[in-house]
Amino acid sequence: MSGPVEIAFTVNGEAKTVRAVAMARLLDVLREDLGLTGTKEGCGEGECGACSVFVDGTLVNSCLIPALQAVGTSIETIEGLAKGDALHPVQEAFIAAGGAQCGICTPGMILAAVSYLRDGGDAKEASIREALAGNLCRCTGYMKIVESVARAAAAIAREERTS
Amino acid sequence: MLRAAANEYELVAPGTLGGVLDLLADDPEGWTPLAGGTDVMVLLGAGKLPPGRFVSIWGLPELRGIAVDDDAVTIGALTTYAEVQADATCRAELPMLCQAARESGAAAIQNRGTLGGNIVNASPAADSPPPLLCHDAELLLVSRDGGERRVPYDGFHTGYKRMSMRPDELLRAIRIPRRPRPDPALHLFRKVGTRAAQAISKICFAALAEVREGKVAHVRLAMGSVAPTVVRCKAVEGEIAGRAIDDARIAAAVAALDDDIQPIDDVRSTRHYRERVARNLLEDFLVALAER
Repeated sequence: MSGPVEIAFTVNGEAKTVRAVAMARLLDVLREDLGLTGTKEGCGEGECGACSVFVDGTLVNSCLIPALQAVGTSIETIEGLAKGDALHPVQEAFIAAGGAQCGICTPGMILAAVSYLRDGGDAKEASIREALAGNLCRCTGYMKIVESVARAAAAIAREERTS
Repeated sequence: MLRAAANEYELVAPGTLGGVLDLLADDPEGWTPLAGGTDVMVLLGAGKLPPGRFVSIWGLPELRGIAVDDDAVTIGALTTYAEVQADATCRAELPMLCQAARESGAAAIQNRGTLGGNIVNASPAADSPPPLLCHDAELLLVSRDGGERRVPYDGFHTGYKRMSMRPDELLRAIRIPRRPRPDPALHLFRKVGTRAAQAISKICFAALAEVREGKVAHVRLAMGSVAPTVVRCKAVEGEIAGRAIDDARIAAAVAALDDDIQPIDDVRSTRHYRERVARNLLEDFLVALAER
């Protein structure tokens, strides 16, 4: 048996310290210790992407990260994406294009899309599909999800042209 | 719901290579290295990870980065699939390895899964080993008491999930000799699985060959998911090395494949399907080679 250890890290810009078992999943620490239930659990085995978060700016499956490996990192979850009341362009696009159905895959889909667009991804369907290949939607709403990301890509490109 | 109790597992992070090697040396049976977690944590999530002690090696600087000199590309064991794909030398000279990295998991897995982990997890279905075998890769193994030793990757896997590596050793890097630049060889990597992303291979094929004056001057062929380990197909190589490729030679090479692979029926595919697809992939490669 192994007792809890101190996990100090930054979550959505705020310094946090929790006590958790070293092998506890980051997913459970976020949801249960910090109450950030926007991050979802789907398969729990790294297949579905519902638990996607950013660790130090990199998209990861939080079900595959032991709490101890989160020490000293900066985590961004779906709750940290909007700036106050201003939604991220990907969130706006999911609303506009009907990219969410039951909603379980949506936080992961949105963060995978944000990761793709932060890396300079464009509105090409094949590229979007590859970028979202690790995120499963059991409502099979893929058409509208891909459309949402393409819309967001276009909106971001427009914004960059005008700024 | 986590299907296991996280407190049945011990996990420590000494934070330095020396600290990790000390643990492994002082209690060699006791610790399993944990890097990006894309194999170990999957088993944990599925409730299939036996309770035990793990030592995190994620972030150790000595195991990171890609170094290039005149002779070799040396890839740190903790290099992720994403880092392999992003590296200019890997893209230019190791296209099969880049493709294997791109078709292992998807973005989030590629950001955590490591080349070293893909080797020491020792799955016969791993996708980066066949390209590494084609490039005559070597492994740099490090231990506190033995320092560093360099071994050929070919022959490293001695049986299903078995490796010629001591429990006090850690894989530090993978050394890949550089090929002539520009490279005259044909490189062909094919992963056959349920889908390109996430799915584990039903069969994985990698081959590299060079034709000079109408004859095969250099050839390497390796496959995954067709035997208890990933395999170099040396019987096939022997049928084509030094020869011209014509229909009779292709038939002989395809016939020799039975000596190299022993596929089985399992959850992902059948022996029959794997044998058939392996022959077809080999034939495709040889036809493409004959046309050069």
